[in-house]
Amino acid sequence: MDHPEASPPSHPGRLLRPYALTRGRARPSHGTDLEIEALVSTTVIGETMHMPAPEPHSIALLCREPLSVAEIAAHMKLPLGVVRVLVADMADQGMVEVHRPSQFGTGPDVTLLERVLDGLRRV
Amino acid sequence: MDSAESRHRPGPGGPVPCPAKILVVGGPGSGKTTFLRSVADQALTTPATAAGGRRRRPCKRMRHAAALELGRITLDDDLVLYLFSAASAGPDRQLWDELAHGSIGVVVLADPRRLQDCFAVLDDVEQWHLPFVVAVNSFGPMTHTANDIREALTVPAEVPVMFCDARQPLSVKAVLHRLVRHTITRTAMWHLATTRRRPRIGAPLLTGRPHLSTRSRR
Repeated sequence: MDHPEASPPSHPGRLLRPYALTRGRARPSHGTDLEIEALVSTTVIGETMHMPAPEPHSIALLCREPLSVAEIAAHMKLPLGVVRVLVADMADQGMVEVHRPSQFGTGPDVTLLERVLDGLRRV
Repeated sequence: MDSAESRHRPGPGGPVPCPAKILVVGGPGSGKTTFLRSVADQALTTPATAAGGRRRRPCKRMRHAAALELGRITLDDDLVLYLFSAASAGPDRQLWDELAHGSIGVVVLADPRRLQDCFAVLDDVEQWHLPFVVAVNSFGPMTHTANDIREALTVPAEVPVMFCDARQPLSVKAVLHRLVRHTITRTAMWHLATTRRRPRIGAPLLTGRPHLSTRSRR
């Protein structure tokens, strides 16, 4: 999947230590850490809201098509921990919607496993 | 006029799909990147920095963690499968632990010429108690059988051991398919074990099959 409109979101002119973008936070202000495969999608609010910082703006552009936290980090060349905090902040403000995964470790979801199996047969 | 609900709906991308993940591990040069890239719609690499998820503050150690490779396979409009691979657990096992948490299972790639390279990897995988398969990445003439590999790696009989060619998408899909089936089987056994009826507290333990003890009263 290509994102031509958001391909250079790393802001080459912006030189900052990564965690300066989160004001030193390595974890979201509240709530649990987002999983790296959690899918993020920009909401209507995220599309229309003015964002003073470029990183949330880039995330909003990238996530017009749902992307995982790890994919956002790869596209923006930012550490996963930084992206996790930025996305959590944006979710708090309603700018993105986050779809978190089923937790296989806490109770296997056989229906989802069978869907994955069917999907692998088709692709 | 926008209602609160409509303002919060997803943007042009529509409903957000459900994510699932599989972890691909193996020794250096075992073919993890090739495996991942041969089936993924898109393969990416994150910067060489740890996830940092469970730490309160960024620390010096984070700067030395491994890069993370990921491949995305869109299985359906509302289902996405991610393959994740990190070069090695190295000094920072947090990233691997986090990748393992909540995953469907693990593919352990083994190079038959250097089986010893995946001994340490298997030690880690077994600690996660996740379903896993051993995929022997071999594209030359076979000199060992799957049983030879199983014995050399001392993996239990219930763990699938299979040969694959990481360059071939069909071969990689067969490995993923086998892993998911293995996970379904393990899940069914887990459900069986957890839903088995237990005797009530204080109730006398049955020493035989119940219908045998009542039959004699008829």
